[in-house]
Amino acid sequence: MSPDRSESRSEGTRTVRPPGWEPEILAFCCSYCASAAAGEAGAVRLRYPAGTRILSTPCTGGIEMEHLLEAFEKGVDGVLVVGCPDGGCHFVEGNQRALRRLERVRAILDEIGLGGGRLRMVQLSDSMAPAFADHMREITETIRAMGPNPLKPARKESAGRS
Amino acid sequence: MIVASPKSITELKSIIAGHRKVLFVGCGTCVTVCLAGGEREVGIMAYAMRMARRLDKNPVEISQVTIERQCDNEFLKDLAEPASGVEAIVSFGCGAGVQAIAERFPDKPVYAGLDTQFLGILEGQAVWTEKCLGCGSCMLAEFGGICPITRCAKRLLNGPCGGSLEDRCEVDPEKPCAWQLIYKRLQAIGQLDRLEEVVPPKDWSTAWYGGARRVVRRDHQV
Ligand code: SF4
Ligand code: SF4
Repeated sequence: MSPDRSESRSEGTRTVRPPGWEPEILAFCCSYCASAAAGEAGAVRLRYPAGTRILSTPCTGGIEMEHLLEAFEKGVDGVLVVGCPDGGCHFVEGNQRALRRLERVRAILDEIGLGGGRLRMVQLSDSMAPAFADHMREITETIRAMGPNPLKPARKESAGRS
Repeated sequence: MIVASPKSITELKSIIAGHRKVLFVGCGTCVTVCLAGGEREVGIMAYAMRMARRLDKNPVEISQVTIERQCDNEFLKDLAEPASGVEAIVSFGCGAGVQAIAERFPDKPVYAGLDTQFLGILEGQAVWTEKCLGCGSCMLAEFGGICPITRCAKRLLNGPCGGSLEDRCEVDPEKPCAWQLIYKRLQAIGQLDRLEEVVPPKDWSTAWYGGARRVVRRDHQV
């Protein structure tokens, strides 16, 4: 439901897809599962979209709402948080905390009209390299359909002025 | 403590729509503990507001500061500098904090960023419940430490209304019947005989109904 809402809203504002634009996705990866899966994906040469930037974090429970909001304010098109499966968090409930925080940030993104669909969390284990690559492709396609984060060009303009 | 909850982004956005430079002031006491108006919540709201306004092509500059207690003049002094260059202030304190800041800055618009709710406690993880209405003449001794004025939906002082279902209040089954709690508590502390006495109508003159109250302690004045 949320991707639909955000898409129609972003169409309402300005979904301009500049030629050659590739979604810029920031992937917060838990170092116990997702970072290993991402590394493995690279090692066995699984392809995932070039616009992906991996940020390794000791636990998804350490990702604060401010980190996610900051990424969007700076113009990142989409954020994927990749944590351990339920019951598999090395810090017991970090992934559950992350899920709750994401819920709130998604609601904020919907309320301001940026679209909660730009933020997603998936849970996988360190041996799931193909799943990791699939999730990266999926979110990239979701974001491609939503268009670029409208805050990105605006930020460049203001940075140029100041 | 005083329990509050954040206003929606949409409401706050409309409140400050006409301003381009705004100071968000958090409070480090009650509203920090109830996760509504501390440094972190102020930061989250500032991100949301900046992004919302940029999407509206009406950008806003937001500065943030969180002081120890907004209801205390001693700490309000620290706001002089951050407030000097802004058009308006949003206080993320309780209603008392907002008004304290407004009194401190008589020539600046000061808005409430929170909805102040009640005097209460943290009941469970991220659940707060109301415990006291501040009636000005505490009767807890008579009711085993459970306040029927606040916690009985009908404010009954002489036993339950008769509508309770098991131990639930008939007005809202989500809540326990205050009188069930009072009975069990008086039983546990061996004071059930208190219920034999008829409690006369409460004298409400000590409560809010005569307008805002004042407490003066001459013994602490010089
Ligand atoms: S009797 Fe009055 S002061 Fe005491 S807890 Fe109830 S409302 Fe508060
Ligand atoms: S059910 Fe209990 S708490 Fe609810 S109104 Fe009646 S006496 Fe008060």
